[in-house]
Amino acid sequence: METPAAFEPRGRRHRHADRFAWRFVSIRHARALETFYAGFERLLVWLAPLAARVGWERLERPVAFLEAGVKGMLFDCRMCGQCVLSSTGMSCPMNCPKGLRNGPCGGVRADGNCEVYADMPCVWVKAYEGSLRMADGARIAEVQPPVDHRLKGRSSWLAVSREKSGLGSAPAAAAGKKGPTS
Amino acid sequence: MTKRPLHPEDFGENPWDPLPELPGHSSLGRLERVLRRGEFAVTAELNPPDSADAEDVYKRAAVFEGWVDAINATDGSGANCHMSSVAICALLTRAGFAPVMQISCRDYNRIAIQGNVLGAAALGVANLLCLTGDGVQSGDHPEAKPVFDLDSTSLLDTIRTMRDDRRFLSGRKITAPPRVFIGAAENPFAPPYDFRPLRLAKKIAAGAQFIQTQYCFDVALLARFMARARDLGLTEKCFILVGVGPLASAKTARWMRTHVAGVHIPDDIIARLEGAKDQKAEGKRICVDIIQQVREIAGVSGIHVMAYRQEEYVAEMVEDSGVLKGRQPWRRDLKAPGIDLAKRLHDNLVASHEAPV
Repeated sequence: METPAAFEPRGRRHRHADRFAWRFVSIRHARALETFYAGFERLLVWLAPLAARVGWERLERPVAFLEAGVKGMLFDCRMCGQCVLSSTGMSCPMNCPKGLRNGPCGGVRADGNCEVYADMPCVWVKAYEGSLRMADGARIAEVQPPVDHRLKGRSSWLAVSREKSGLGSAPAAAAGKKGPTS
Repeated sequence: MTKRPLHPEDFGENPWDPLPELPGHSSLGRLERVLRRGEFAVTAELNPPDSADAEDVYKRAAVFEGWVDAINATDGSGANCHMSSVAICALLTRAGFAPVMQISCRDYNRIAIQGNVLGAAALGVANLLCLTGDGVQSGDHPEAKPVFDLDSTSLLDTIRTMRDDRRFLSGRKITAPPRVFIGAAENPFAPPYDFRPLRLAKKIAAGAQFIQTQYCFDVALLARFMARARDLGLTEKCFILVGVGPLASAKTARWMRTHVAGVHIPDDIIARLEGAKDQKAEGKRICVDIIQQVREIAGVSGIHVMAYRQEEYVAEMVEDSGVLKGRQPWRRDLKAPGIDLAKRLHDNLVASHEAPV
């Protein structure tokens, strides 16, 4: 029986250390992915006017579907909707059974495996390895805010496009009826 | 040996009152004062009762009295169910003890946690320790829903925002902010070893003012961690209390290192226990040795004694290690003149026992 994890919207099971998974390949090629992502982000911003014309909400479902497929294979992405892969060495932190976005817990086993799933490498051991390969790996030191659970399942590509182009509202406000009250 | 008396700044009007304000301090508690004065601090972990009897808490705290600067109230440690940390802390503050309230992200979401922080501060809790929490698989309710809405770092940031910006995470205003000294845990003895000092830096950036580490049985590994922390300038920004504790026997040690998450016990410690005639006594000697070694490491501000089911030996080990250097930590009988705390405490207890069922 699998111990329940904190963040499992797509019901994915954990990855074994000794079995092949694209996720581990991606982390090994964190540097190349980092370069790709920088270009991809520019593309997303460039496409923003078009997306705005089509309508952000109309694009949400097809883009999220595509994103889930691609990132699901490459990173075991859980579609938290607020991607931080560039700050976590290309190791998706939502695969941590505790959903930790700021670093490993104190329970990491001596062999570098997870406290909860003894046969899975700790997401943050991998994240640190990935960050060492990246040009801007120091971003692992950025303090990440807690997950906004309203964004679960939404496309973070569209969110990036919207935010960086300044053509759409912030993702939190777009996702829910009620934004932060201040 | 005559003991150095309690510092006058460490007296409130009544033992259970917050202490008078001091400039540059974020809390009104004793632990922060002891650390900021540059004293070597001692904290200890209370084994939380599986009961609803306040006496159980007071009895367990009594063995630490006069030997420690603060008492940690664990929050479902090892994912096992016990009396809640907020309740233990409320009871301890009533008697004048300085508790460190542990908050684990495993069991509640951001709404519950922020509410508890305000409530605890209102009850006189001056120290909070922000923890991720052990996974539910290690405890007595492995079928439970793991919450982990925040992680330890975002929890630190949340409490700091509540205290310094007087706002909830939502941005809503807090009229009277919690005056708390914020702590975090660190485990220098678990991989990724090179990332651990950076993670400490991250926690300090998020608001950690003191650190209590996991059990230290490997002083060389700790020294390496501390050297890196000093290089990064972290020991100037926060107080590091090293976790220590006695091992009851070689068998317990073996069990702990396989069953308790994040505990690293080197083979030579187990060999030393096995070679001893009286393993329990040797466990205490090892603990005292480790305390004396970590005290010498630059940047170590104190120790945190976790003597699970051996709490009665904490006083003896603290005494043998000599870390207090003759300093007298707070005791109920050291009080501002004219107040009979024992009577007040007795009255409180009688009142609580007489409460209608």
